[in-house]
Amino acid sequence: MFAYTIRRVISGILLLVVMSVVTFYLFYASSSTPERFACGPKCTPTQLDTTKRALGYDEPTIVQWGKFAKGFVAGREFPDDEKLRKAAPEQVVECPRGCLGYSYGYSKPVNTLIKDKLPISVSLAISAFVIWIAGGVLLGITAALFKGRLIDKAIVGLSLLAFAFPTFFIGLLLLKFVAIRWGIVELPKYSDFTDNPFLWVSGLILPAITLALVYMAGYIRMTRAFVLETMSEDYIRTARAKGLTRRVVIGKHTLRAVLTPLVTLSGLDLAGLLGGAIITETVFNFNGVGKLSFTAVQRYDLPLIVGIVLLLASFVIVANIVVDLLYAVIDPRVRLG
Amino acid sequence: MTAPEQAGATAGTMEFGRPAAQDDPYLVVENLTVQFPTHDGIVQAVTDLSYTVRSGQTLGIVGESGSGKSVSSMAVLGLHNPQSTRLSGSIRVGGTEVIGADQQTLRSLRGNDAAMIFQDPLTALHPFYAVGKQIAEAARMHNDISKAEARRRAIDMLDRVGIPQASSRVDDYPHQFSGGMRQRAMIAMALVNNPQLLIADEPTTALDVTVQAQILDLLQDLQQEYGSAIVMITHDLGVIAEVADDVLVMYGGRAVETGPTKAILTLPEMPYTWGLLSSVPDITGATDVRLIPIPGTPPSLLNPPTGCSFHPRCPHVDKVPGELCRTTLPELTQATHPGHRKRCHLVNPDEIYLKEVLPEAAPDLIDEETGELIPELQVQLEEIQQETHDHPTKAPGRSAPRGGDHVRADPEKP
Repeated sequence: MFAYTIRRVISGILLLVVMSVVTFYLFYASSSTPERFACGPKCTPTQLDTTKRALGYDEPTIVQWGKFAKGFVAGREFPDDEKLRKAAPEQVVECPRGCLGYSYGYSKPVNTLIKDKLPISVSLAISAFVIWIAGGVLLGITAALFKGRLIDKAIVGLSLLAFAFPTFFIGLLLLKFVAIRWGIVELPKYSDFTDNPFLWVSGLILPAITLALVYMAGYIRMTRAFVLETMSEDYIRTARAKGLTRRVVIGKHTLRAVLTPLVTLSGLDLAGLLGGAIITETVFNFNGVGKLSFTAVQRYDLPLIVGIVLLLASFVIVANIVVDLLYAVIDPRVRLG
Repeated sequence: MTAPEQAGATAGTMEFGRPAAQDDPYLVVENLTVQFPTHDGIVQAVTDLSYTVRSGQTLGIVGESGSGKSVSSMAVLGLHNPQSTRLSGSIRVGGTEVIGADQQTLRSLRGNDAAMIFQDPLTALHPFYAVGKQIAEAARMHNDISKAEARRRAIDMLDRVGIPQASSRVDDYPHQFSGGMRQRAMIAMALVNNPQLLIADEPTTALDVTVQAQILDLLQDLQQEYGSAIVMITHDLGVIAEVADDVLVMYGGRAVETGPTKAILTLPEMPYTWGLLSSVPDITGATDVRLIPIPGTPPSLLNPPTGCSFHPRCPHVDKVPGELCRTTLPELTQATHPGHRKRCHLVNPDEIYLKEVLPEAAPDLIDEETGELIPELQVQLEEIQQETHDHPTKAPGRSAPRGGDHVRADPEKP
């Protein structure tokens, strides 16, 4: 298992290297001039050229990537151009090892930006995850157990409704009624968990529910289907033929089998969300990684784009490894290697 | 009603060393009807089925897929979903009525008094739990014992069904077992609470032939040890010939022929049974003999054929006068020999079987020169006639009919 994990981590790192190269090339594959966004609309050609050099956009793509890679391994200084550094030594920014680049749009190192925004997105993702897993699995099992009856139809119907409504609509609805008109919860606002866990929770409730609803709808339907499918398995009939109580047959034998696909799906879904939920963050004005990535793309901020792409990719890669390792724990038939 | 008197006249069970107290059948199925209402109509899976099995005896239920074999035996353990199943009639396991019983009663019955072995041991064992754990679970469910004691019993059972190094294999998962070992584990699980009734639903179908024989031997050994009643569901007449004391042939959800194994296999009286026998290869017979399949497909249980449900596929319909086969469902009536019953309009089934069916299906049983049956078969036929008319005490071997009428179906009953 150890050797397997090491192998998976190494191949994950290789994948990240490839992805960074691809991101650089894809960025330049678009026809626009990225330096124009940094320089502004009234830029003279001379200013534009200076900006281009200052941003390092004048060099061949592979050289730019090389500098990025070197910066990540050994650290680097900004701006790249030595003449510019000498001209204004007070503006030089030191970027230590692990450097993902320097965002000229925000005038901050990418690492700092991500470090600031990540807790917001992670909090949002994890709280939503808890809600959707708890709600989705419980309601899904309930629906399956009452298959065909009113309660099943109600759960399935409501989940379809939640699935159909767009996130921004549900978000605005909750914001407008639950928070503003009825004042049931305070206006959602992110506060740091270490400062005040209570505020952290209360500020997160609405955005987390908004984000969770659409996932929950999907998980209700999947759990229901998994449970029904498992209940028709031969080994469930065997369990009943042994004289086990319904509670044991469902709570133990059925759920044990349903666990496997749920772990896989939820692990990957959580990983996708950790990197930010653009719509939910926008509706509730949470400045997380989602909004950050949106602005990065809008402003053609190459270092920021690369940084976020690699962050998201590493989340997914790590989640994949974790899910595969968990799989081997859950399912005795799975052998890693 | 004549059947009970005949049963009394021919009951030879006591002479085989069983105490008289066990004379009451352990499993009694009476007029069992199982229906599944669906959107397209009512599926009549089992209709008016009656049979009994005594402790220490094996009843073989034969039939094609969809003939109601499995459905009827699932009903014995009350495993059908009450919401989607209509059950009527009576099933008594050791005196306890199953139909209409509450879940509590059913649970204490299942796995304890009556256990079941399923066809495919790979899918019938939970893939995520160790084999021993699944056996121990059954033991703990019905006995107030510690985990350690349950585990000890699981190891003991695994050992008894012939799993080598049971004390270490007990922690293996089903996928680490071979097919035959999985079925042994399944049997260990079924027998851990020493059930009085064992229902084996095609226990050897998913196994290769050599393992099949081992499993059947194992079941027989365990039956002798525990004295349980066994219901063996199969479509394999070879299995029937080997283990069953009595046979129940099912077709389209009904019993079409019942009786002692030897009588049914030697002198069947129902064309469907003839078809089953003709489609079995005989490895000792001539290699150029073609197997004779039963034409057509099993009947729809949604819209069963009128009259005899076998008539659309029956090659002997013409031998019955008029439209009787198409219009009237034959009763399950006394065949030529006591204890042997058949659901067929043919008046001279023995003659047709010996003159027409047998020569075609098994020409090596007919003497080429004389056109008569070979002497061995003659002897066998006479034996059956003797046994069923006289006392069955002379019956040699396992496959001999041990009692008269403990497989009986009583269509006359309300």
